[in-house]
Amino acid sequence: MYSKGLAPLAAATVVTVTAALSMVFFYAPNDADQGFVQKIFYVHVPMAIVALCGFIAGGVFAIRHLRSGDSSWDLRSYVAIHMSIILGVGVLVTGAIWAKASWGHWWVWDEPVLVSFLVVFLLYCVYYPLRFSIEDPGRQARYSSVFAIAAGAFVPLNFVAVRLAEAYTHPRVLSQTGGSMPGDMRLTFLVSIAGMALLFVTLWKLELTAKHASMQLKRLRNRARVAA
Amino acid sequence: MAAIELERLERRYGERVALAGVSARVEEGQTLAVLGGNGAGKTTLLRVLAGLLRPHGGSARVLGAALPGERWKLPARVGYLGHEPLLYRELSGRENLRYHAALHSVPHSRLETVLAALEIDHRADEPVRDLSRGLVQRLAIGRAILHDPPVLLLDEPRANLDPSAAELVEPLIGRSSGRTRVVVSHDVRSALEESDVALGLKAGRPAPVDAELYR
Amino acid sequence: MTRTARAILRKDLRIELRTKESVPAMTLFAITVYVLFHFGLDRDSLDGELASGVLWVTLLLAAVIGVSRLFAAEREQGGIDGLLLAPVDQTALFVAKAAAMFLFLTAVELVAVPAFALLLLGPGLGGALPELLAVLALGNLGIAALGALVAALAAETRAPELIVPLLLLPLLVPVLIACAQATEPLFRQDAGPEDLGRWLGLLTLYDVVFVLLSVAVFDFLLED
Repeated sequence: MYSKGLAPLAAATVVTVTAALSMVFFYAPNDADQGFVQKIFYVHVPMAIVALCGFIAGGVFAIRHLRSGDSSWDLRSYVAIHMSIILGVGVLVTGAIWAKASWGHWWVWDEPVLVSFLVVFLLYCVYYPLRFSIEDPGRQARYSSVFAIAAGAFVPLNFVAVRLAEAYTHPRVLSQTGGSMPGDMRLTFLVSIAGMALLFVTLWKLELTAKHASMQLKRLRNRARVAA
Repeated sequence: MAAIELERLERRYGERVALAGVSARVEEGQTLAVLGGNGAGKTTLLRVLAGLLRPHGGSARVLGAALPGERWKLPARVGYLGHEPLLYRELSGRENLRYHAALHSVPHSRLETVLAALEIDHRADEPVRDLSRGLVQRLAIGRAILHDPPVLLLDEPRANLDPSAAELVEPLIGRSSGRTRVVVSHDVRSALEESDVALGLKAGRPAPVDAELYR
Repeated sequence: MTRTARAILRKDLRIELRTKESVPAMTLFAITVYVLFHFGLDRDSLDGELASGVLWVTLLLAAVIGVSRLFAAEREQGGIDGLLLAPVDQTALFVAKAAAMFLFLTAVELVAVPAFALLLLGPGLGGALPELLAVLALGNLGIAALGALVAALAAETRAPELIVPLLLLPLLVPVLIACAQATEPLFRQDAGPEDLGRWLGLLTLYDVVFVLLSVAVFDFLLED
């Protein structure tokens, strides 16, 4: 049910990611100020964008779950959030590496995207203890969906709030994440985003298929045990 | 149309079956006794009828209201007495009933009538946590019948009541009250004596009412 | 709906007045945290952004205590069955619990804010009191709405006292940002509002979004 279109999707992912990697190493120019290290930006920012979209998608799936009562939407929501949290770890780690290489500190409060991402990440980490400390399965799914919706609405609000705050205390330091990118950097950047997005969707579908299969297996085992 | 109609009712708890294939028909004014061992699903059935749990399969109608779609119609028509008295321990009996009266739009005079009928008006202003279990049970009964519901769902109604108290509540929640009742009880003999229909449950499914039921 | 909400609110206020559990604890906690900040920062007097930050972080932490207790009475008397058995609109329950939290916060602030001025605030409160009250009101609204939602979410978990702070605090970061930024110029020596409109606007947006969202999803938390 979930694996429809998985093969062509996986193929597209491999092609795009390969293209992105080649472009990052061979096509995009070395940054004048920061040198080779700046290229981590092609991983860090697409990861952040895809993770944030994943969180919001989790919220949208959660809305569909509550409206329809169909638990397959809850599964889609759970996997999307689960994968975005993992990507989130990657965002924070690559962000730290970039900060260390650029400014000599492992963490900087200057970049509002990174800071608001930290808050969002801390929030979504609570998804697991919330979900798994509710025993009733129906309730567990419903409450997780409510959380996913509230947290999904929170993401843009938080971003706006942090950006407003940082504008007051720290002047915008980084211009690469702005619009003033030279053409070849912009192209590499776009291909990187596409590759990361496709990777996310492929892995999402894969995990959905795997979870669905293991749930069916458990169901069959239970039925066999009851019949015996 | 019967007061309560159940047709192959189903309720699951995750993968586990809590109720399956449960059917029954209770006419107005009749009493249904639900019998079975621990974990048979008796309390689950009662909670579904009260609108606290939504059925996962089959059909159920209480006073014409279809579950789960018309669950919102139930609170006004159903009086539920469960294991928990559902009373706030820091408030007095009177304050608790006044709160429920406000929620159900019941006039104050009714409140006083109920307190008097249960013979607890002399202690109705003490906090519930200071009352004995028997008095708490009487208050819980008062809460259940406050809004004069035509259907009563009673889980061990005579728990913690001494014989005189049990006699006291009989016209309110017993057969002589004339209300349609569903009673869960461990006292098989008296349950069968005062019921018109009996339903046996074993592991959530209907089972004949005999010695096997409690095995 | 308002009649039911009023009945539930009256019941919760009566229990709080009887047990005196939440409000005194939150107030005492706030004052204790001021003392901690005094020792932790090694400062006798604060102004500007430091004062603003200490005040709002303390209020948020105190709010967490109150939110953890919001559904305590229901949990203790056997769950929310009693509410489900009454012809109660679930929105009424949300409104009642949020209103209760708002009133508790107001009561706490009646003591905690003057105490802050007494203990730690250099410039004193007189400078821009109406503006401060506006920020407190909008901030309390956001905390109350989100607190009611988080309390309901955590109520059915195994360890609500752990889940509530972890959920509530990140979600309140925008409120903290807006309130602290808005209050900062009010706590300076030459107190006067600066960009107040921007921060009040952010708070209002936040409040509107989360009140509407909570009302929309609250039903799903209570039904079974």
